[in-house]
Order: sequence, then C-alpha cells, then structure tokens
Amino acid sequence: MSELAASTTETPDLESAKAKALAAGVKPRKYGGWYVAEHRLLSMRTYLQTMVATGVGTPLLYLYAMGVGLATLVDADQGQGLDKVSYLVFVAPALICSAALTTATEEFSYPIMLGFKWNPTFFGMNSAPLEGGQIINGVTYSVLFRLVAQSIVYYLFMLLFGAIPSPLGWLSIFAAVATGTALGTMLMAYASRLEEDKGQFNYIMRFGVIPLTLFSGTFFPLTALPVWLHWIGWISPLWHGTELSRVFAYGYSEPIWLTVTHVVYLVALTAIGWWLARRIAVRRLNK
Amino acid sequence: MVVVSASKSPVVAAESLTKKYKDFAAVDGISFEIAQGESFGFLGPNGAGKSTTMRMVGAVSTRTSGSLSVVGLDPNNYGPEIRSQLGVVPQADNLDTELKVRDNLIVYGRYFGLSRSYLGPKADELLEFAQLKEKAKERIDDLSGGMKRRLTIARALINDPRILLLDEPTTGLDPQARHILWDRLFRLKEQGTTLILTTHYMDEAEQLCDRLVVIDKGKIMAEGSPAALIRKYSTREVLELRFGSEHNAAAAKKVEGLGERIEVLPDRVLIYSDNGEATLQKVTETGLNPITSLVRRSSLEDVFLRLTGRSLIE
Amino acid sequence: MTALDSRQTPKVSRPFLLPSLYAGNARSVMQRGVLATASTNWLIVVSGFFEPVFYLLAMGIGLGSFIGTVELPGGQPVPYAAYIAPALLAVAAMNGAIFDSTWNVFFKMNFGKLYDGMLATSLGPFDVALGEIMLALARGFVYACGFMIVMQVLGLNLSWMAILALPSVLLIAFAFASFGMGITSYMKTFQQMDWINFIMLPMFLLSATFFPITVYPTALQWVIQAMPLWHGVELIRGFTTGAIDAATPWHVLYFAVMIVLGMTLTTRRLKALFLK
Ligand SMILES: Nc1ncnc2c1ncn2[C@@H]1O[C@H](COP(=O)(O)OP(=O)(O)O)[C@@H](O)[C@H]1O
Ligand SMILES: [Mg+2]
Repeated sequence: MSELAASTTETPDLESAKAKALAAGVKPRKYGGWYVAEHRLLSMRTYLQTMVATGVGTPLLYLYAMGVGLATLVDADQGQGLDKVSYLVFVAPALICSAALTTATEEFSYPIMLGFKWNPTFFGMNSAPLEGGQIINGVTYSVLFRLVAQSIVYYLFMLLFGAIPSPLGWLSIFAAVATGTALGTMLMAYASRLEEDKGQFNYIMRFGVIPLTLFSGTFFPLTALPVWLHWIGWISPLWHGTELSRVFAYGYSEPIWLTVTHVVYLVALTAIGWWLARRIAVRRLNK
Repeated sequence: MVVVSASKSPVVAAESLTKKYKDFAAVDGISFEIAQGESFGFLGPNGAGKSTTMRMVGAVSTRTSGSLSVVGLDPNNYGPEIRSQLGVVPQADNLDTELKVRDNLIVYGRYFGLSRSYLGPKADELLEFAQLKEKAKERIDDLSGGMKRRLTIARALINDPRILLLDEPTTGLDPQARHILWDRLFRLKEQGTTLILTTHYMDEAEQLCDRLVVIDKGKIMAEGSPAALIRKYSTREVLELRFGSEHNAAAAKKVEGLGERIEVLPDRVLIYSDNGEATLQKVTETGLNPITSLVRRSSLEDVFLRLTGRSLIE
Repeated sequence: MTALDSRQTPKVSRPFLLPSLYAGNARSVMQRGVLATASTNWLIVVSGFFEPVFYLLAMGIGLGSFIGTVELPGGQPVPYAAYIAPALLAVAAMNGAIFDSTWNVFFKMNFGKLYDGMLATSLGPFDVALGEIMLALARGFVYACGFMIVMQVLGLNLSWMAILALPSVLLIAFAFASFGMGITSYMKTFQQMDWINFIMLPMFLLSATFFPITVYPTALQWVIQAMPLWHGVELIRGFTTGAIDAATPWHVLYFAVMIVLGMTLTTRRLKALFLK
C-alpha cells in the first residue's frame, strides 16, 4: 500500500480495491529479494564485531602460520617451495578459497534452518508479499555481499604478505566467492529441506567440509595423493576454486580447457544449488 | 451454504473451498463470503481446519479445489498483490528474535516496498497503539507473551491493511492480556478494518465477531451472528446440575422432559430452557438433590455442543 | 540418575568440602550424560574422532612428503608426521574440553534448562560442574586412545614412553575444561561465545603445532610459550618422540596450576553458572 493510502474511512468497492492491490504488488514483486537481503544484512549487524574480527584475523593468522611459519619447513626441504614458487605463494590462493568456503558453510546452513524452523521469519516474509524464491535470492545476495567483502580483505592481506606475483591476482577474489557459493547454495538447498536438526550440519562439517579443506590440493598438490583419491579433488569445489585462484594469483600453468572447466563447474554448481533451493523453499512455505 | 450478507461485493469469497493433505481433507468444501468492514470469525475445536483456511485466504497455501477470491483476485496468480492488502497474525508468533522491537516493524514494512522515511513515524505510531512504546529498543525474547502478540498485531498493521487475519489471537494469554488485545482489535473494527479471526473461545467470538461460522472436521456446521446462532440452536438459559459423576446419568433420566432438551456430560447434566430458575424449581420438586446447580445464559459453547455433541475444548 | 525407591531415604552424605554446593554425587550427572549421548547423538560423538585423523593424514603424510624431517628442540630429527601427530593430539584434547565446557554448557544452561531440573534434586552445582567435566574427560580419553592406535599403526610412536601421552591428555583436558567452564559463567550471548574461537585459533595455528616456534621473533616466542596449548604440545611430543627433557615437569606443573586456578574460578562462579 502506498504512502498516500493513509487511513481512508470510506469502504471503496471491489474494483478499486483490486486496482490498489495490483499497484501495491509491483514493488515487492520487483525488489522483494533485495528487501530480504537488506533484512539479512541488518541482522548481521549483531555479529558485526565477530565478523570483522574473523575477516581480519583469519587471513592474518593463516597467512602468517602457513605462508611464513610452515613455509620455512617446506621451502627448506624443497629448495624453492612447491610448484616452482615459494610455499607462501602456493598456499595463499588456496587459503582465500578455503576461508570463503568456511563462511559460506556457516551462512548457508544455520540461518536457513533458523528462518524455516527455529525462528520462522521466512513464513513471516511470505505472509507479507514476498515469495519463496525471493527469500532464497535475498539470503544469497546477502551472503554474496559478505563473501565479496571478506575476500577483498583477504586479497589485500595476500598483497601485504607479498603472496601475489601476478597482475591478474585480484581475480582470486572471484575464485574464492565462487568456491563459497558453489558448495554454499547446495547446502542451502539441503538446509531448506531439513525438518529436524539431528546434527546433520555437524556431519557435513566433519565428513564434508574438513576433508575437502584438507584433501583438495590446498596445502599440497592433489597429485601427492594416491591416484585412487584424486576423485576428491575432481568433485571438490574447493579444488576447482583453488586451482583457478592459483592460475590468477601466480600464473599456475594448466591447460586452458581445465581452467574453463573450473569456472563452468563452480558456476554450474552455484546455479543448480540456487535453483534447487528456490524450488524447495517455495514448496515448503506453501503448506 | 452461501450467505450474501451485505449489499457490497465481498472482499473474500470462497466456494467449495477444499484443502487436502494426501487423502485427508483438512478443509472440506466450505463456502463463505465476507464483506468489507465486517468482523468475521471461524469458531471450531483444534484440528477443525481453521488455520488451513486462514492460510489459503492469506494466499500462502494453495487450495486443492474450489474457488477463492480475495479483494477480487485469485490467490493462485496474485499472491503478492493480495498479501499487500493483508495484515497477518499467525497462530505462532514469528517475530525476528535477532532484531529489536521497533526494527521488527520497520523491516517488515520494507517487505511491502514502503520507504524508510514513511516507516519510521508509522512504527512509532503503531508501538503507541500496541502500548509498547517503552519497549521499542528491547529484544524480542524479553517481551511477555501478551506483548509479543500485540507487537505481531502492530506488525500486521504496518501496511494499513484492508483485511486483518488473526489466527487464535489470544490463545495462551492470561485474562488481562486478552482484554487489552480485544480492546485494540475493537478499535480497529471501529476504524473499518475487516477482521477475520479464528478462535476456540466462545467469549472471544461473542465479543469480536459480527458473524461467524462454526466449523468442525473441515466442514461448516452453522453460520450466523452469535446471537442468532444461540437463538437458533439453543435456548435462552441453561441449567447446569451436578449430581456427582456416578449419578449424573440416572438423574438425567428423572428430569427428562423438564427443559427443551437435555445434554448429559460426564461431569454434569445440562438442561436447556428459557427460564432456568423455574426449571430448577421443578427439578427440586421431583425430589432430586443436585450437589451444585447453576443457571446461566446460553453461549456458543452450547451451540457447538448441540451441533457436534462434543465440547469445543477437550 | 539412579532410581530411588520412594520409601528409601536417599543417602545424602554431605562431603567435607563445599557442603552447600556439593552432594558428592557428580557420578550421576556423568551417567546421565553417557546415557544421553548413547541414546541420541553417539554418531556425532564418534565422528569427532575423525577430525584429528584427517589432519594427520593430510598434513602429516600428504604435506609431510614435501617436508621430510623436522628437528626437535633437542636437535633430534623426526619425520614430519611424527612431529605433528602429538600436537594434533594435544589440540584435540583442548578442542574437546573447550567445546564441552563452553558451548555445551552454554546451550544446556540457556536453552535446554537441563541444569534447573538437576539442581531441583539433591545435587549441588559442584556435582553438575564436576560431572560435566568428567564426562568431557571420559570422551576425550576415548578419542585419545583411538588416535594413539592410529599413531601406532602409522609408526609414529617413536618411544615406549608414548603411553604416557594418555594421562597427559587427561591433564590437559582437565585444565582447559575447568577454565572453560569458569569463563562460560560470564557469557550472556552467542556473540560473546564466538570470541572463544578467537583465542583458540591462534593457539591452534601457532603453538608449535605445525612448525617449531623458532621461526618467530623472540618476543612472539615468549607469548606463545605463555599459552597453555604450547605446553600441551611439548608435553605430549616429549613422550611420543621420547625426547623428554628438563622442561617436561614444568609443563606438568603449568597444567596443575591451571587446574587449581580454573577450579577455583569455576567454583566461585558456580552460582552464576547454574543458579540463575
Ligand atoms: N502441513 C500439513 N500437513 C498435513 N496435515 C496438516 C498440515 N497442516 C494441517 N494439517 C492437518 O489438517 C487439520 C487441520 O489443521 P488446522 O487447520 O491447523 O486446524 P486448526 O487451526 O483448526 O486447529 C489437522 O488435522 C492437521 O493435522
Ligand atoms: Mg490453528
């Protein structure tokens, strides 16, 4: 209803009521997703302190511990690090992706369960003019916003540590965000379906995200794993994201078709997860 | 059972409205019309299908069959448009516990595409209306049940809705909180807002509804104003007698024919009659000695009992 | 909790210590925990065992192939996997103890309202605290045994003294748990709880877990050496590699002091923790 509508006391007939409804539906239909994103960002304000601390603390600590501390051991043994670059340069593009993955895992799991179940605000949004698909869009926009902000900060720290030799290095930001959304939107679809929390997210963390973080060519090349374990990398968004990130950050050489595959894989997973989540949400809200 | 109640075309019209979950019909072919400015109630026990009906009218639940129009539009195609004209108070509060009281109103108003500059003063006005002004900066978890309910109502009013949908607005509240709420709802009614509410409290239905339908097992059992329903399905007064749970049935046999109708419940015997005192007199004349006796005016509870043979709240 | 015949008077022998807070029955709190775990989320509990194992395989074996050997402070070279395995054990002891004594207690306190029910019986807050800590230790001990077996199979226990790592895990976990619970008593919101991770993360990454602290400037070395996890890592590493030295008793002493301080803090804060 528009600002002009104030409290008119006469009871207009059905035709004008209908016309008013049609007019009032235009904005929510167009911008509904953005209203949800606005709401999510407002809620994040409560966690702003911890979010900023994570955003700054994580790159600082990981780059220092792995890129400086652990690097002394690797560089000493290997002469010149891994993949012909110093260990810092090798590991940093993986760390930025892994951080995005962790954040995405968090933001696409519990907040979804929260909105559907524990504090069912999604049902509140839906009883206002918003549609299920818009709610999912809004959540995705807000997480994208956080992922981009976080990855930019990470990238700046990488520069500061001297971990980015290539002028195309800033594209690692894209690789990181795409890594996060590729797994994240899938998780969002799963979380939208979940009726009971029986610790499923714990399993996903322990048997999904942590092994992916460790065995996706993050800290050492996938080729160091036995051949029969290479499939972990092939399906892992983190491996694709990390390899892509390395291509951008230090010109890691791989066939161009492989680089294209990384991009396509990450974008496709993101799109499928997003689409699935929208479908599931619409169905779940319509009881 | 369609009753055209007003000369104006109805803001809500349902015809053979049905909702099935698998094979189970939660709402089973109900028809009703609600006029602009009317205060309309669904009265029925738990599981009758009240919330399901409200969700369909609220354009968040797709009907299985039948027809439904809200502000002249079909919810199947015009969900957002219809919802832009509604204020919804769901059975279970879904206020955002991550936001403060006032922010809850503003954020909700944004879903309708209202501007922040409009919403600020509007939120303050509604907090005043809901008697929550001092709580503007509080966390949701720190509000009492009654306050949360009032805030939910305030939130539902953020878009100046044409129709307010209230699903069991006072269930679980203490008597005082209920009366505050009724007072607020009455004001809205006076201002011309169409109220559609569900309840399983007769006193609430009698207080707030111009017209209501009694529903049970997804079907409409009766329809009319509270007074008309009582007139039609009950007597003016009811005499309640208790003989002790062992003796009620036997005593009921003896008083047969004294009132217009007799209802034997496990704990008491109800005699329907237009003059309760006189009937009580007759009962004592038969030599029966009830442990307690009570003469009261007939209520919707009696209507429901008459229609279904069961109490409304079990 | 033990079933009491209604006619039988419950035996409440108030112990000498803390008579108003302690009924000497922490056991029943612990038994409840074991039952609850067994009936609901035992699989989650079991899954906790895998986390350090994954780390060991990835970092120790995988990355280890690019590192070779690492020199211990005494100059003795050990394979990288054998270097980080004891550290991961110490980290697991810390993580488990902290999780159980902070998040777990915080949830039960604020959402489950579990403690209200317990404290309505003859149990005192100290029973609850001790029971929860013991439960955490029991669980940590089981994990540690599993991890030690993995280490043995991979040939990463370089000395017979490795067996002493097990009691060390208990010592470390007890110290962290007693402190964690005391700190939780000050926590009101999720956001505050989040800060616990900010202390854990740097400890995890920097306490000689993945590389010797000699890479740091001296000042930073001092800071790390003041942190409990570094002592835990060094203590266990000493046993599993057999490279114990004069520092070992000091590590033990560090945790003993931490337990005394932690338990004092927790006991003082018991009322704030459980009697809201
Ligand atoms: N999503 C659902 N799936 C299956 N059955 C449902 C669902 N929602 C409601 N029901 C069933 O429909 C019936 C009517 O429910 P409801 O409309 O909530 O009743 P009321 O609000 O009158 O108490 C109940 O028997 C309920 O169990
Ligand atoms: Mg209901």
